[in-house]
Amino acid sequence: MKLVIRNGRVIDPKNKIDKKVDILIENGKITKIGESSKLRPGDVTRSTITIDATGKLVTPGLIDMHTHLREPGREDEETIASGTRAAARGGFTSICCMPNTQPVIDSVSGVKFVLTTGSQEGVVNVYPIGSITKGQKGEELAEIGKMRIAGIVGISDDGKPVMNAQIMRRALEYAKMFNLPVISHCEDLNLSLDGVMNEGFTSTILGLKGMPRQAEEIMVARDIALAELSGGKLHLAHITTRRSVELVRQAKKRIKVTCETAPHYFSLSEEDVRGYNTNTKINPPLRTKDDIEALGEGLADGTIDCIASDHAPHLDVEKDLEYNMAPFGIIGLETMLPLILTNLVRKKILSLNQAIAKLTVNPANILGLEKGSLSIGSDADLTVIDLNLKKKIGNEFTSQSKNSPFIGMELKGFPVVTIVGGKVLMKDGELI
Amino acid sequence: MRLKHKDLLGLEYLDREEINLILETATPFKELFTRSVKKVPPLRGKTVVLLFYEPSTRTRISFELAAKRLSADVLNISASTSSVAKGESLIDTAKTLEAMKADFVVIRHSMAGAPQILARTISASIINAGDGTHEHPTQGLLDMFTIWEKKGRLSGLKVAIVGDILHSRVARSNIWGLNKMGAKVYVVGPATLIPPRIEEMGVKIFYDLDEIIDELDVINILRIQMERQKENLFPSLREYNEIFGITDERLKRAKKDLLVMHPGPMNRGIEISSSVAEGSRSVITEQVTNGIAVRMAVLYLLAGGDSRGMKR
Repeated sequence: MKLVIRNGRVIDPKNKIDKKVDILIENGKITKIGESSKLRPGDVTRSTITIDATGKLVTPGLIDMHTHLREPGREDEETIASGTRAAARGGFTSICCMPNTQPVIDSVSGVKFVLTTGSQEGVVNVYPIGSITKGQKGEELAEIGKMRIAGIVGISDDGKPVMNAQIMRRALEYAKMFNLPVISHCEDLNLSLDGVMNEGFTSTILGLKGMPRQAEEIMVARDIALAELSGGKLHLAHITTRRSVELVRQAKKRIKVTCETAPHYFSLSEEDVRGYNTNTKINPPLRTKDDIEALGEGLADGTIDCIASDHAPHLDVEKDLEYNMAPFGIIGLETMLPLILTNLVRKKILSLNQAIAKLTVNPANILGLEKGSLSIGSDADLTVIDLNLKKKIGNEFTSQSKNSPFIGMELKGFPVVTIVGGKVLMKDGELI
Repeated sequence: MRLKHKDLLGLEYLDREEINLILETATPFKELFTRSVKKVPPLRGKTVVLLFYEPSTRTRISFELAAKRLSADVLNISASTSSVAKGESLIDTAKTLEAMKADFVVIRHSMAGAPQILARTISASIINAGDGTHEHPTQGLLDMFTIWEKKGRLSGLKVAIVGDILHSRVARSNIWGLNKMGAKVYVVGPATLIPPRIEEMGVKIFYDLDEIIDELDVINILRIQMERQKENLFPSLREYNEIFGITDERLKRAKKDLLVMHPGPMNRGIEISSSVAEGSRSVITEQVTNGIAVRMAVLYLLAGGDSRGMKR
């Protein structure tokens, strides 16, 4: 089967391509990239599917390195089937799922379950992340090596920190053997205890218990120190504060450490908690305008390597509660790219090339995935983006959950085609 | 003049004119209490639901009396927060009350923001009777009414709020209200019980009451909750009493006409000594009486009453 994508502006940060070229796909692989005139008569035949990308952007398939798919255990909130479809609708061709399911993905059987279900019921590439410790209890190391052989691409106790520094040190040392990144959820649980939002003036007037920014920053600093001690490969999940960015910026001068942030942290602030909308309840919490500025600086200068969704589905019945009682987390797969394009690219905080790199080659490098580029011979995972498409976010999500604070917001720049392994999964916002 | 809102969710959302209106409207209602017939008809045929998710005696009874003296029908619903976790959600309860055509829902809840959830879910007027550590607007109003009645003004007065500011909705409502009315507010308490960045609300923080005691016009003493000690917010009740407890000794340097207030219930011998509570400066029992008048004013005004209606 052949597919040709014509007349689009192709951006491939890995191969430093940014020009108007056509892309030929054969049998699920990229076989040719070149100007229209360079395609030979035999390249495009009657049976070739043509996608006209005139006026649009064509990029390597986007990668979300931080997703919660909820299966196994909470299939009412999301399944691998529904979550991967939400990913496809959001322009993502590869996603990494966090292990905090029920049961926790802390063994080979769990990893196999995710991989098998992913290939049978999922529509995009699913890469499992295994837990650092058994049951994510922070007490004993999980079978990291066996899970690596089974196919994990990283380890994380995401949702919780590894509070014991000695265990975190051992995890970093041990995972180093397999070149596996240790993805850290930075939160000092004693400091953040019972908190539901950022600690500050807004939490004071709303009467909500705050989580001080230091709960995150102390752990960022600790984990950087432990990465130095162990020589391990540290990746910091969802960083949100100015100090966290600065700590990583300084650390990068000495050691290899990577980090990500999520779109809500540069799109919303603690002010949005006013009104007690539980779709603003996220951990780590929404911070301040100053932090948003710092995240922009960190993204621009490369301190922040990736942007990830932290897609965390919860049902309406779980979220339609008093602020204190609602669970943390929001969905993000279907709003991530428009938020990046609207709030970073359009505001000239990031160039298109930078933004696309943070969704393709950078996460691929951190996780060691052979994805995220348009190299000849690579898997034909691509995303076509219409930078001028304006839409108001409604509550028709492909995700089984609707817990988004962005409903009602008008954004500009949406994915219009998602292709995985040469197969068109989404066109004009509709799944095929 | 009328109130601009359907609900009373907090004093943050009222302006100076609205607060004045409530205080002025409360005066004729208070006069009513001296008569043998204390009941007037403005809320006849209206239903007031008292939805209490947290145990409360004085606030609930005060609202009940206020509603009954306005001739409303009153329905009491009390639920413990623990049973809510298992049972019906707040939103479903709200919808049930809507279906029963309640005109007012007075809600007390242990979690901040619960009245907001009700207010955006149903059309009844919602009155916040205390939500978590957020606000307790009618307490703030009755405290201001008490001060205003005794001093004849609020503007320019110096008011100290002493105790656990961190967990106090009474403190927050008082700060919003008093600031809007032009009073100067100090908060005094252990550093661990002062909320972050509260000075941005326009208050000054003191850890030593003696520094300001001689200039105060009002001291509002908050209840110190025993369980805070277990959370390591202060070492012991006796230490708290020694440093922050209000005693005759501490008040020696205070103005003669200092008003001593407490929203109750009191821990005598901890945050306030019995002799101060019973002393000549104390207006603590009067606060209770005023609470009914102020709540009548709030119900009356939210029902659409205007400033002229109750004046004779």
